[in-house]
Amino acid sequence: MFSFVTLPSIIAKYGIFNSSFAESPPKNTELHCTVYTPSGNQGLVYFYTYLKDLLSGTGFLEMTSLFYGYYTIDAAWFSILRYNLPLAYLLATFAYLALSLLWIIKRSVEGFKQNLVHHEDQFQSYCNKVFAGWDFCITDPNAARLKHRSLQYELQTDLEEERLKRKIADRTMKEKLRIYSLRIFINIIVIAVLSGCFYSIYRATVFSQENSNKDVGNKNFQANLFVQYLPSVVITLANFIAPQIFSFLITFEDYSPAFEIRLTLMRCVFVRLANIGVLLFSLWSQISHCTTDKCKACGYNYELYPCWESEVGREMYKLMIFDFIIILAVTLFVDFPRKLLVTHCSCKPVQWCGLQEFGISDNVLEIIYGQTICWIGTFFSPLLPAIATIKYFIIFYIKKISLIHTRKPAARPIRASSSNFFFLVVLLIGLVLAFVPLGISIAHIPSSKACGPFRSFNTSWAVVPATVLGFPTGLQQVLHAIASEAFAVPFFMVICLIMVYLIALAGAHKRVVEQLREQLALESRDKLFLIRKITEAQRCP
Amino acid sequence: AYKRFSELLPKEERENACSVRVPKSQILKLPELRANPFQHRICHVFSTSDNGDDSMSFEDFLDMLSVFSDSAILEVKSHYAFRIFDFDDDGILDRKDLEKLVNCLTGQGEDSQLSNAEMEQLIQNILEESDIDKDGTINLSEFQLVVSRSPDFA
Repeated sequence: MFSFVTLPSIIAKYGIFNSSFAESPPKNTELHCTVYTPSGNQGLVYFYTYLKDLLSGTGFLEMTSLFYGYYTIDAAWFSILRYNLPLAYLLATFAYLALSLLWIIKRSVEGFKQNLVHHEDQFQSYCNKVFAGWDFCITDPNAARLKHRSLQYELQTDLEEERLKRKIADRTMKEKLRIYSLRIFINIIVIAVLSGCFYSIYRATVFSQENSNKDVGNKNFQANLFVQYLPSVVITLANFIAPQIFSFLITFEDYSPAFEIRLTLMRCVFVRLANIGVLLFSLWSQISHCTTDKCKACGYNYELYPCWESEVGREMYKLMIFDFIIILAVTLFVDFPRKLLVTHCSCKPVQWCGLQEFGISDNVLEIIYGQTICWIGTFFSPLLPAIATIKYFIIFYIKKISLIHTRKPAARPIRASSSNFFFLVVLLIGLVLAFVPLGISIAHIPSSKACGPFRSFNTSWAVVPATVLGFPTGLQQVLHAIASEAFAVPFFMVICLIMVYLIALAGAHKRVVEQLREQLALESRDKLFLIRKITEAQRCP
Repeated sequence: AYKRFSELLPKEERENACSVRVPKSQILKLPELRANPFQHRICHVFSTSDNGDDSMSFEDFLDMLSVFSDSAILEVKSHYAFRIFDFDDDGILDRKDLEKLVNCLTGQGEDSQLSNAEMEQLIQNILEESDIDKDGTINLSEFQLVVSRSPDFA
């Protein structure tokens, strides 16, 4: 994103390498739509205004290349090459999304193969664990203790799952009815909790947008900042409270332990990702809320949001900064004091709390949440990936230090291989979720007429048809043919056929594996027969 | 390997390292064996001393290292593993051996051992999976068969 969009803009604006640029004025639009006065560079400003602007992405930051509003160039010339900036912006967005998609799919395919074929536990899992379970390379007593505990936990969970399976098979009709109705009731409670979260996020975003005042510098610094950050605060609170509620509720549902963990994880993931979705939805309802005719001509609420893409980018930027601050704050102000308290104060309640456990799933969910914000926000704020990279770099080292000093290892070790695939699937869900808002905003919502590279187009997507019309006629015909229905429908059917074939192939492989296992069991019975024959033959020579 | 062995000996006997036997307490100080729950069994299996004090000579030490190295073949490893797991040295793994084995794996403390019911269930499952002639014990060939199919063993 950086190399294709930001770099050319900077080069062209400053005239390096003999380049020049052209800004074509927007045509066929109403004049009032194009008025945009960002409140940056207003002469002498106080220091706290800088801090406020840094934290909330307004003021001087608005005019930098951080946000969408900076990219006003329509075409740039590097010596003789003509570089179409709006097209580059759009294509770079698609390219990075496609790259991320391919990368995730490549990583998860390996895990998927394992899962598909070995989904049921190996038929020798107990022997494998007992005879080959100990890692003979362990030299440290602490590590040995950990290994002991993990082996014990694994054996116990396996035995418990077996017991549970037997119990489920033995359930009577009445018990089944009771359990299913209980599960439906608890799912209703979960949906209610989720709706509560979504509604509060919606209200908070609306309130924040209405009350945050960017121009008046006299307003109370803290109050203004707090109002700006209100959606982020609400989202973080929801992300924190909801998992606690879910893990409390799931104890009533009587599932097997592995399924419990999976279901709680799925619910937490849903809460986190849907929170972002609701935030964006409420932003859009504000942006597209149009009552006057003048407003309808522009297609969006031009009074409040002359440059709505920057506004969305600003929200994403705030979310990311707030996420970063919260992680730092939790690490510094909760973990370290807790560790100090536990080691120096020996009263009963403190010892009972103990050190925080290192939960792999919680940390992975945090990372996925941050990454989804980054994906969504990059279209509106091209330098966001750079900020995200720096943020994760710092967070990695902070978490590493905090882990070594303040956390104790989880009492429930997670099996790494199957969880790896699951986390990649969740990351994929996050990416797909990022597609949806980007798709809607590129193709459906009219782009700002006052700022950004798409001023002369109706929607951001309109750049592509305009460029296609500029191609030679032969290529145009080919592209039109590809996009038409006559091509799309047979293509779709061929893809479906290939998918059906591959699914059948996978099913066949699975059956082959089953048959081979049965054959192994038969072999052992043959051996048994032969051993008996041999002993008989030995007995009577 | 000679250097490691001679480090275990007290200073005055270093020159005769080839012929001297190292007492068990010294062997157990090796870092690889310190945290190993099977340390006593390992010493016992590899030691060729006549008076049963589990001391090891240099040849025994070399034997031990060669069996545990990456280049040992599966048969050799499974043979020695069988001897290590066989706590009462009767040539077969019966229920008592399996019970001691599981207790070694899960740790020595009071709260880290499986309950009796769990132990029974576990031993039942193990025997179901590996006991081919259904005599309630695992002999060397059954053990080698099971181990050859376990991906984690090597």
